[in-house]
Formats: sequence, C-alpha cells, structure tokens
Amino acid sequence: MLTNFVIPDLLPAAPELFILAMACVILIVDLFVKSKARTLTFALTQLTLVGCAAITYMTSTGEITYTFSNMFVDDLMADLLKLFLDLTVIVVLFYARGYIAERVSMAKGEFYVLVLLATLGMMVMISANHLLTLYLGLEMMSLSVYAMVALNRDSTQATEAAMKYFVLGALASGLLLYGISMVYGATGTLEITQVAQALAQGAVNKTILVFGLVFLVAGIAFKLGVVPFHMWIPDVYHGAPTPVTLFIASAPKLAAFAMVIRLLVNGLFFLAPDWQQMLMILAVLSMAIGNLAAIAQTNIKRMLAYSAISHMGFMLLGMVSGVVGGDARFALNAYSSSMFYMVAYVITSVAGFGMILLLARAGFEADSLDDFKGLNKRSPWFASMMMVVMLSMAGIPFFVGFFAKFAVLQAVVAAGYMWLAIAAVLFSLIGAFYYLRVVKLMYFDAPLDETPIAAGFDTKLLLSANGLAVALLGLFPQTLMYLCAVALVRSL
Amino acid sequence: MEFKTVVFYFLSAILVYAALRVITARNPVHAALHLVLSFFSAGGVWALLQAEFLAISIVLVYVGAVMVLFLFVVMMLDINIDRIREGFWNYLPLGAVVGLLMVVEMGAILGSQYLGAAEAQVPQTAAGVSNVKELGRLLFTEYVYPFELASVILLVALIAAIVLTHRGAKKTKYTDPAKQVFVKAADRIRVLQMPAEKQD
Repeated sequence: MLTNFVIPDLLPAAPELFILAMACVILIVDLFVKSKARTLTFALTQLTLVGCAAITYMTSTGEITYTFSNMFVDDLMADLLKLFLDLTVIVVLFYARGYIAERVSMAKGEFYVLVLLATLGMMVMISANHLLTLYLGLEMMSLSVYAMVALNRDSTQATEAAMKYFVLGALASGLLLYGISMVYGATGTLEITQVAQALAQGAVNKTILVFGLVFLVAGIAFKLGVVPFHMWIPDVYHGAPTPVTLFIASAPKLAAFAMVIRLLVNGLFFLAPDWQQMLMILAVLSMAIGNLAAIAQTNIKRMLAYSAISHMGFMLLGMVSGVVGGDARFALNAYSSSMFYMVAYVITSVAGFGMILLLARAGFEADSLDDFKGLNKRSPWFASMMMVVMLSMAGIPFFVGFFAKFAVLQAVVAAGYMWLAIAAVLFSLIGAFYYLRVVKLMYFDAPLDETPIAAGFDTKLLLSANGLAVALLGLFPQTLMYLCAVALVRSL
Repeated sequence: MEFKTVVFYFLSAILVYAALRVITARNPVHAALHLVLSFFSAGGVWALLQAEFLAISIVLVYVGAVMVLFLFVVMMLDINIDRIREGFWNYLPLGAVVGLLMVVEMGAILGSQYLGAAEAQVPQTAAGVSNVKELGRLLFTEYVYPFELASVILLVALIAAIVLTHRGAKKTKYTDPAKQVFVKAADRIRVLQMPAEKQD
C-alpha cells in the first residue's frame, strides 16, 4: 500500500523550503542577539530574502511543474511574482529598519521572523494549485500580518486596527471557505486544474458553482481591499505602525493578484462572464469611493489607503476585459496589463510609504499631510522623489503609473467597454487632485518644522533608487511589460 | 440483545446523565468534569461506530486540551454561580423555544420519511483496514504539503501569541553574581556629611 508513494520533487518548492528553514534559524539566533538594533537578525533576514530570490531565479525552468501531489505549481508567473515579492520585502525592510530600531516596543526580532513567515505564506499562495493550499497560504500570511499590526501594543490605535483587521479578516476567510466548499460540492475536487477540467467537461451544477463564485469573489475582494470590502483598509493603514503599513500596502497585493489568477483564471475561467460582471461592479465602486474619499483625508497614510482602494479597482479593470462574448482572444493581453499595473503600483506605493518613514524620527510620526509642507526647503531631492511618486500614482506621463493605466485602458477599450474606460479616466482625474495637493504642499507651503531629515544613508540611497525606478520604468516600460506578458503566456 | 447494543445503551446512558449534570450541577468545576465525562462517552459511541479516529481526537482535543483549559479558567476565576442563575426564569421561554426546535429538527431527521436517517448507509469498513492508519497515510503522503503548512501556521500563532503577550522579565530582581563580587562599599553606602546638632 505504501509502495506506490513517490517522494515529491522538492526542487520547485526550494525557495519556500529555504525561507521556512531560515525563519526557524533566525528565530533561534535572535534569542542570542543582545543589541537593541537587532543588526544580526536584520542581516540574516535580508540574506534569506536575497537567497530566496536567487533560488527562485536559479530553479526557474519556465515550464509548468506540479509537485506535492499537484498541490504546488511552479510556473513562470509564480517565479516572476516571487522575485518581485522578495525584492519588495527587501526594500520594505531597509526602509523599516531605522523606524523599528528607534522604537522600543517595536524593536523585537520577531518582527523580522513574522515578515519572513508572511512572505512564505504569500509564496505558498502564489504557487497554489489546490484550494486547500491557497487557503493555508492566505491564513499564514494573514495571521503574521495581524500580529505585526498589533506589535506596538501600547498604542490603542494599533491594537484597534489589529482587532478590526483580525475580525474582518476572519469573516473574509469564512466567506472564501464557504465559496471553496461550494466549488468542491459542484466539481468534486479541490485541485484548481481539475476544477477547470470538470468545468470544461460541462457536467457540473452551474447554479451551485456561481453561488460559490460570489463568495470566492467576496473573499478575493477583501484581500485586495476593493469596495464594498474595503472598510478595513483605511483603519488598518492608519492604525498600524508605518513599517507594517508599508508591508501591508505592498507585498500582499502581489499575492492577492496571484490569488485572482489562480482562482478565477486558472480554475474558473469557464465562468469568466459571471465573475467579470462582479469584478466590474467592484472596480467601478472602488475607483469612485477610493478617489472621492481620499480627497477628504488629512492623514497621508489614510489618503494613500483610499488611493490603494482606487488603484485596486483600476487593476481589476484589466481582469474584467479578458473575455468578451465568449471570445478570449484578448484575455492574455488584458491579464498581463493587470499584472503590470499591480507591479507598477507596488513599486510606487513602496516609495510613497518609504517617504513617510524617511521623514519620521524617534517620537515623531510624519503621517500627517502637514508634515509634508515645505519639504522642498528641507530637502529638494526628496521633495522631487515624492513628486515623482505622486505624479506616477496620479497617472501623469511619463511615469510608470501612466503606462500602467494606459495598458489597462487599452485592454478595456479593446474589450469594447468604452463607458468603463471613460469612467476610469474621470475618476483618475478626480484622484489627480489629491496627489497634486501633496506636490503643492511640498513646493508652495512653508515648512512646519525645519529639522533636517534624520534617516540613515541606506534608506536615503534606496529611496532615491526607488523614486528613480518609478521615473525610469516610466521612460522604459517595455521590459517590465514584456516580462509580465511572457510570464502569463507561459503559465496559462 | 447483542453485546454492542448493550455497550451502546450503557455509554448513552452515561452520556445523557453527564450532559444533564453539566447544566444542573451547582459547582462549575463539577459541571466541567461532567462535560469531560460526556465527551468520553461520546468518544466511546464513535468507537462503536468504527470511527476510531474521531473517538481518539475528541478525547485528545476536547478532553486533553479544550477542557483542561476550561477547567483552569473555571478554577482561576471565582465564578459566582448564583449570579449566573439569576436570569433563569427570564431566559427560560427563549431557551425552551430553541430546545423545542432542536427536538423537532432531530425528530424530523430521525423519524420522517423525507429526511430519513434510516436510509443513510453507514459505509462498512473492510476487515483489516484501520481508518486511523488510512488517514495517517494520506496525511503524510498525499496531503503532506498542506499538513506541513498547517504546522507552520501553528508556529506563526505561537510566535504571535508570545510576542503580543510577553512583557519581558522586568519584574524579576535578577542579581548578577559576577557584578555582585566586584561591588564596593561606596556603591552601596552613601555617607552624608551633616552638621552636628546642639543638644540641650
């Protein structure tokens, strides 16, 4: 009975195994680290992430490989997203380090371990070919992030945010599980490729499936943070310590994108007309509410939170325009525009939250819009970097955000949704107001405090590189676009 | 009567008695202990149905972990039983309705011909096949990946629980013997110069 068991091929999962082993090692090593700055823990974490990226790159074959009884899939899209993910987390940790070291309640080695485990969860999600592993990856990521939000537990704001996130996250997990059970009931399998096969053969109860799909989409919408499942985003972004906000606002978005592709495209592509309608409603609502509510904010973390909601809505537009009237010709193009949008957004958002961390110092959070007043007088270079970030988010040429919006709009127009494209542009226009307001505050207002920027050299260097990346990717977006397109072509 | 039936009635009688005592016992510790007993009896009933994995897990999980924790809480918090019983007559109508609904539902499943549980076939396990062994084999072969992921999630929960509750060892007055040996009188005693007071 046991003879027919073949030991699974571990090579495709090597990055995950490496990151898990190192997380355990770091957990133990950290016990012996005496310094408050946790330099050794930090260095080991960064080395782990670099190693993980290297292993991902080296073990990438470009083929679709299944392992662990088809529960794990390694394809080019997974490899590319994991590389972006590792890179994002590395940058996030560099930005976060100074902030954490300055605050006693945050200066714990566990922060880094939780970041690693959350990253592991996201990688599991990215490589999931089974609804069970997708769910487990999601929970691993979410649990780590809940704890990170509450890490500064003496702050009532942070604990409140963590509580809200936890309760709403549990609700979303419940919705997702309910949807998964419906899909299982209709198709008799949890394996995503087999779900697709069962749908293609046609012998499934479509009513049950669409019923389950509603819950799946709700679960995804919560993780992406799109209206009407967005309520947690502003509170959590605002309440969480800024480095954690930076983390939540960047890396999980990539994992959520992978979740959309795995569930809806890999698994339920057959139902595309159904889920496209749902996503369309979510997208339009998110762009409307996100952009309008952001105008009223005085806290920049809250403003960026609403901006994140609107960006996720915009990203969904690409997912909406894949299949038109049973014709899936444009699907790859549309999905790769979404992927490009997501990557571009993550790069820009990391820089945006990085700027808040740059201006923060011991005992001072630079999270109010007023703190950006007159930044040009304090540091013209970083004011220009922030301007690049804001203009890119607003979608002004020629920054990466412009090409991201452009690619998505192209896909929407190709799919024939002219009204959707017009609505998207109008809402972006409204959104441009609050991005430009930040630029106005930096250049035309008098600074409230003249303290020179106290961040470390590495943060300054990396943030400059990040800002320049936003600008340069805007001038040369082809490589990244090509990468996204190839990754999806070779994976779907 | 078959021996199995005798055992079933014996276990069920204990189960029903224990369950009744859970809600009637005045002492919360007694109630919790009776709950443990009812879990044990339920485990026995499952074992009779050849669901030995469920039987083992209810004992391990509920009795071994959940109830022990429950007992700890009951013993540590001095629960005033009279306060709990205060609202008994107020809650009785609602409780009675809920209880009645449950009885009707159970009756519908067990007795009615539409939902009849009589037709439901309990799949017979082939002789010599143990479902614990089969489950174990599946968990450690086909499902080893999600199984390990679940264990990592437990690790995350452990780390999160400790990092969110541990306040450091600030309260302990730890003395370092090495430093103690090197201590000088001047470190401990402060000699104050005071002007002499005149006594009269």
